[in-house]
Amino acid sequence: MRFFLKLHPADNVQVALRLAPKGTPIDVATGQAVSLSEVAMAHKVADCDIAIGDRVIKYGMPIGKATADIPAGAHVHVHNIVSSYTATHFRQDDAGLANA
Amino acid sequence: MRETWQGYLRQDGRKGIRNVVAVVYLVECAHFVADEITRNFKGQDVHLIGFPGCFPNDYAQKMMEQLCTHPNVGAVLLVSLGCESFNRATLAEHIAASGRPVQTLVIQKSGGSAATIEQGCDFVRSALDQIDKVARVEMGVSDLIVGTICGGSDGTSGISGNPAAGRAFDQLVAAGAACIFEETGELIGCEHIMAERAVTPELGQELRQAVAKAAQYYSVLGYGSFAAGNATGGLSTIEEKSLGAYVKSGDAPISGIIKPGDVPPRGGLFLMDVIPDGEVRFGFPNISDNAEIVEMIASGAHMTLFITGRGSVVGSALSPVIKICANPDTYRALAADMDINAGSIIEGNASLDEVAQEILDAISATASGTPTASEALGHQEFILTYKSFEPIGPACLPTA
Repeated sequence: MRFFLKLHPADNVQVALRLAPKGTPIDVATGQAVSLSEVAMAHKVADCDIAIGDRVIKYGMPIGKATADIPAGAHVHVHNIVSSYTATHFRQDDAGLANA
Repeated sequence: MRETWQGYLRQDGRKGIRNVVAVVYLVECAHFVADEITRNFKGQDVHLIGFPGCFPNDYAQKMMEQLCTHPNVGAVLLVSLGCESFNRATLAEHIAASGRPVQTLVIQKSGGSAATIEQGCDFVRSALDQIDKVARVEMGVSDLIVGTICGGSDGTSGISGNPAAGRAFDQLVAAGAACIFEETGELIGCEHIMAERAVTPELGQELRQAVAKAAQYYSVLGYGSFAAGNATGGLSTIEEKSLGAYVKSGDAPISGIIKPGDVPPRGGLFLMDVIPDGEVRFGFPNISDNAEIVEMIASGAHMTLFITGRGSVVGSALSPVIKICANPDTYRALAADMDINAGSIIEGNASLDEVAQEILDAISATASGTPTASEALGHQEFILTYKSFEPIGPACLPTA
């Protein structure tokens, strides 16, 4: 069974269908990448290099903006994207971040 | 999906799928006594609901009137302390006018806790006998009102449970049922695509405004409708959570906007605007998932589909909750609390359409009387708090 799924052709992220260890190969828009950290089920990785300020697209729709340059294969989450509406409330120790 | 089953016919012509005696406390000070009465009937359809506040509130009054005359309710016992502001006489008259057995017990006039509990149990026993004789009537999908909410969402919710529920909704709407989705605070970012589905341009404008009101309300509060566990489960922003939540509305045209306690006037898909009107007061719109479920029931929902990723275990008083688990790991951890495993979609073992069919089968089984997982476990959560609403505008319910 595959590890990652791109939900919509316009997306610049993919979703993990199960826990993906660091180094899992990913077919990305630009060819091949690997996950740069462990990625938990239903978390996202970059499908291409995303520049700071770029919109992050999932389901073909914007879900926020990048607050850092995000290389293809990197975990995309509360540490590097931000809502365009209201701030996200999360617990630093329990947000599913690999380096937490 | 079974086509017809036997429902309970109420005097106003509405049909129920359960036949419950509601025991209602009208202020927190009467909660214990009402709870003690209910506990004497464990395993029977005697459910505890109530309003904790001592100050009057039009919303709570309307909600209670609608809940106590819900088609799943056969009889009502009101338990008052005596000095609270809730207008118990108006509520009792409303219930009596619906043809339901109703009694009001005022603890301060009934001899205190023990005597009130004894009198309350006497009423419930006689009410159970009376509602046992309620006429049964053939009932079908077009008689149903079905709500949907999601709670404990994670990154799986928007790709398995919610889209499967959306496909089930499409079939229910096509069969003439009224379906309600809600939580405009979790539609932030979806307003433009949603407005395109409105049956009139004016309704589309109302849909946009309802979401704008939610965004404004939550920005004043300083929090979005987003819990820490959502982030643990892979959701990063309210827009992402919203898009996942939005798909549970399916693809049907949107027929109207209602507010809590408004019953859809016909079949179709309706958005419930749950965000209070006017200045921000009384705190968060819905402080937890059951507040949303209670509003669905007040708008006539015979049952509520509850899609969860992190794993909610709740049910509800009055109307059954069908729990659809989006996350396969959560399903394995909490299988006895779940009705449907939509996690099988994530694992590649079932299609969205197959799970949608399972949901439709669960709906007709539940309507026919089969207990859902939370009913079998005895769950009867209920919460009602303060809110204030203006009536819906004329563009909200276009005549088809």
